[in-house]
Formats: sequence, structure tokens, C-alpha cells
Amino acid sequence: MANYLLIDFGSTFTKLCAVNTEEYSIIGTSSDFTTVETDINEGYQKALEKLFDKIGKQIDFEQVIACSSAAGGLKMAAIGLVKELTVEAAKRVCLGAGAKVDLVFSHHLNKSEVQQIIDKKIDIILLAGGSDGGNSESVIYNANLLGELGINIPIVFAGNKSAQDDIQDIFNKYNMNGHICENVMPSINVLNINNAREKIREIFLKQIIAAKGIKKIEQQINKVILPTPSAVLEAAKLLSEGYLEEEGLGEIVVVDIGGATTDLYSICESTKRSDVIVQGLEEPFAKRTVEGDLGMRYSAPGIVKSLSEREIKFINKDKGIDIVNEVNRRYSNVKLLPENSQDEFIDQFLAEMCAYRAMHRHVGRIQEVLTPMGKVYNQVGKDLSDVNYVIGTGGVIIKSNHQYEILRQTTNILHNPQELRPNDPNFLIDHDYIMAAMGLLSKIEPMAALKIMKKHICQIRGNQDEITK
Amino acid sequence: MKTIVIGVIGADVHAVGNKIIEYTLTKSGYNVVNIGVLSSQEDFINAAIETNADMIMVSSLYGHGEIDCRGMRDKCIESGLDKILLYVGGNIVVGKQDFAEVKKRFIEMGFNRIYPPGISIDEALKDIKTDLGE
Repeated sequence: MANYLLIDFGSTFTKLCAVNTEEYSIIGTSSDFTTVETDINEGYQKALEKLFDKIGKQIDFEQVIACSSAAGGLKMAAIGLVKELTVEAAKRVCLGAGAKVDLVFSHHLNKSEVQQIIDKKIDIILLAGGSDGGNSESVIYNANLLGELGINIPIVFAGNKSAQDDIQDIFNKYNMNGHICENVMPSINVLNINNAREKIREIFLKQIIAAKGIKKIEQQINKVILPTPSAVLEAAKLLSEGYLEEEGLGEIVVVDIGGATTDLYSICESTKRSDVIVQGLEEPFAKRTVEGDLGMRYSAPGIVKSLSEREIKFINKDKGIDIVNEVNRRYSNVKLLPENSQDEFIDQFLAEMCAYRAMHRHVGRIQEVLTPMGKVYNQVGKDLSDVNYVIGTGGVIIKSNHQYEILRQTTNILHNPQELRPNDPNFLIDHDYIMAAMGLLSKIEPMAALKIMKKHICQIRGNQDEITK
Repeated sequence: MKTIVIGVIGADVHAVGNKIIEYTLTKSGYNVVNIGVLSSQEDFINAAIETNADMIMVSSLYGHGEIDCRGMRDKCIESGLDKILLYVGGNIVVGKQDFAEVKKRFIEMGFNRIYPPGISIDEALKDIKTDLGE
């Protein structure tokens, strides 16, 4: 027997995926509402019943493991010194660990910023600043202030190595929940993600899921092992790189449009060209960005907020709808499902906006610089032009009748020569919504996870003309 | 160990001198943070803040150094680097100009040491040792 049950406790839905790792097959999937406010077990049991109904019988599982983004996910504050350097490095570590970065601060903290950490119910603080041997004054000041103001949520210190002893003393003095890690930016523009990311995941498992009422479920299942976005990142990495003799898909981008956020994952080198000068902080090979103001429901108003008055008028007139009203309707009723073609049309429109904007913020840029020595190229961020595949996941993309139109938004449709968007990728869809589950499975049976993904993540539905257009 | 941020400012891609400066200063016992070519004033300043640097040494070979360096001292002061030493050297102005004049202009811009074309880093090293101590 090699049946595994993989669960994703999402903010809205609890999604189940049962797989057989000997036959590399999906036995069945199901979902129901997440019930973390009352008892997370209720929604899980309902989803489990549905799953057994679908399969037609009850089956036993060798292991039941879960990832979670329920109860607001993992909410973090990233603190660094200079915005473009340690602040950015800290942010990337949080995102790589699967967190939502709700607050970002630079230089010395002030009291109102610390108050925001309390008000926003931040789960973990990542405190960075200074390269190794560099500035230590700022992190010491910030640690002291957090201590004086009685902050007792977990703090991961990943700043200047030379300040570690002082920081440990401050943690001891104020009896803080502090953890010391390797520096996220040991020298200028060098990014060191792994150590701090693993510490964040460890704290998430030991402390955060218990605090969010998710731990209760561990009597029913084996364990919760990852934040959901982290599971998707693991899946994307495996699918891109392959495992042993089983080849991966090469360079990929994954677009996940959800109710509250739009997540983008890119698995590739920052550039393959030898004629460009890459500037700025080193880019992670597996990079995740999250747009908290781009989403289909909770964050729908954010999409319209970024439009000008004129654009809104144009959309309303052109499409015969009241876009502001429609967005507010989605915001106030986050469980709304499209009932008619107009609802579908608006969801399609919002999804396209999310995909376009999220890629705009994720992708790197290139600039031609004319120098007395001729033309040179200056690149900041990741070059995605040669990405092989753009993969869509998340409810709105999976259910859309025009999947191609949404995914196409990640390419250079406006022909902006500066944005290094995918040039001519193939488009794939995670039809069965299995990426998070496969990220979990990759931790136990990577070969099975890879083979199942390669089988089930396939060509987009829809009009071939539209696809080849 | 004293820290020195070095780099080539503006739309200038002359990398050879930059490497020689890195090699010499490192060998002389300094912690060298090399931000490379095509660097902006902000790149120098950001690196200096994070590394708690004692000095910024700006290179410019393509003649537009004067425009590229304008306002750099003010930005350093804004960024809390009031005491940082600013060095500049290379072909820092357009054409052949009287160096005494050039030096005066750069001193007015807040630079501490200014070097004319053709000066080797070894000569600047004496000043560095004086300014930073051995």
C-alpha cells in the first residue's frame, strides 16, 4: 500500500488530494470550507467524506500530511537597514519561507512601527541589517527597542554576524523569544536565504500553527509540515529541476491567483547572457513574490485602486458594467461564485489584471546604456525571457474558459522592451489543483510527486485558434 | 580593519583599474567592498551604510565624473555618513583642464582627496594610510 493523503488548509478552502505513489496516480481530490474559527477538524471531516464518496469506498492512508495558509497564513515583519539591500534580502527570505510580508521597515524602528507589529498580529519578526563586520548599531538599537516595548513574538535575527553576541544578550535581558541565524546578506549584494528560511519554517511548525488552532488537527493527521506557498515553491522547484533520471521541465514560472493575493514563482537563473551587467542584490534561483493588493475577492479593490478615473470610465462604458460596484460586491462577499456570464467576464478581467500586474512587479528590467565604449546592457532583477513554461494554478485560472488569455498576460503583450517577461513560453494548467499537495509529497516521495505533476499539469483548455493565435 | 567602498560611477564600464585598486587595497590590509562598474551614487552610499565603511573611493574614467559626482556629499550627509571620507580619481573631467581648477571644484563638492589622470593607486595609498591610520 502506498496511499498518501495530502491536505492544504487554505484561507477559504480545505483541499484534499489522495495519491497512490506506486502507480503515480491521483486517487481523488475534494474540498470544503476551512473551519479554523470553530474547529479546523469540521471542514476536514466534510472534505474527507466527500473524497470517500467520490472514490466509492473508505481507504487507509500510510501518511496524512498537510500544509496550511489558514488563519491569515504566516504573517511576518521584515526589518533591515537599507531598503535596496538588507530590507530587500529580509523580504525575500520571508517570501521564500512561504510567509506574507505584512510589514517592511528600514533603519531605526520607531514606537509607532512597533505598535503596527502588535496591531497587525505579526507572527514572526525577521530582524536583519548590516553586512558581516559592517553596521551593527542599527540592529542593536532595533532589538533593544523591541525588547523595551515588550515584544514577545518570535524574532529571528539574521543580520551582521559581529552583532550576534550583543543581540543574544538583549534577547536574554528582556526574556525575548529570540533566535539567531546566519546573515541574510553576508556581504554587499550577496543573498543567503537558506539558514534563516529553515529557522522560520521551524518556528512556524513549533509555535505558529499551535497558536492558530491548526495544531488540533494533528490528532487526526500525522502533521502539518509547511506553509502552503512554501509547498508550492517546493513543487515548482521539483517540476523544474527534475529528480534523478526523471527530467524536469526546465525553467518555469508559476502564477497562482487567489482570493487575497497573487503569487508568482520563477525557477531560473537571473540571466544567461554574457553581454549584460547585472546590478543589485543577488536574485534567488527559486523566487516567489506575493502581491497582497492583487486578488479576486479580499484584494479586488486593490486592482481598481491602481486604475485612473479615466480608465475606470472607459472600462465601464466599453463593457457596460460598473466595475467599482462589481469589485465591492466581491470584496463584501468573498464566497461569491460567478452566476452568469457577466460575473464570469468580470472575474476573467480581474484575473487578467492580476496576472499582468504581478508579473510587472516580479520580472527584471534591462536598460541600454550608451557609454563612450559603446552600448552596454544594465540588468536589475530576473531575466525570464527564455522560460519554457508558464503554469497557471488557483481557482480562477483553473475554472476560466479563457485560460490562455490570463496566462498570456505574463508575457510581453505591451511590447515593453525593458521588461524581461517570458518571450514565447508554453502554457500549462494545474487542472486538478495539485501543486501544493505535490510540494508536500516531494518531501517524502519526490519521484512520485514529479511523475504525478508531469502527468496532471497539462495543456490549457479552450479554443485552439486562441492558443495558437 | 578599515572598510573602503570602491566602484566606477555613472555610465562607465572601465573595469581594469577597478580590479587593480581592489587588489592593492586588499593586499594592504583593508576590507574592500567593490560594487563594480555602472554604479550610482546611491549604490556607493547604500554599500557604505551596510558595511559601516570609513571611506568611499570613486573611480571615473570616461570624462563625465564631475556630473556623476555632484551632490554626493549632500546625499552622504542625508544618509548619516557625515564623517565618511570621499576620494575620487581617474579622468574625472571632460578634456584637458587645469588640474588645480578641477581639484578646487571637487573640494567644493565635498570630496576629501582628488587625483589627476595617470596617478597609480600606490600614490593614493599613502594618503589612505594617513587618513585612516595604518
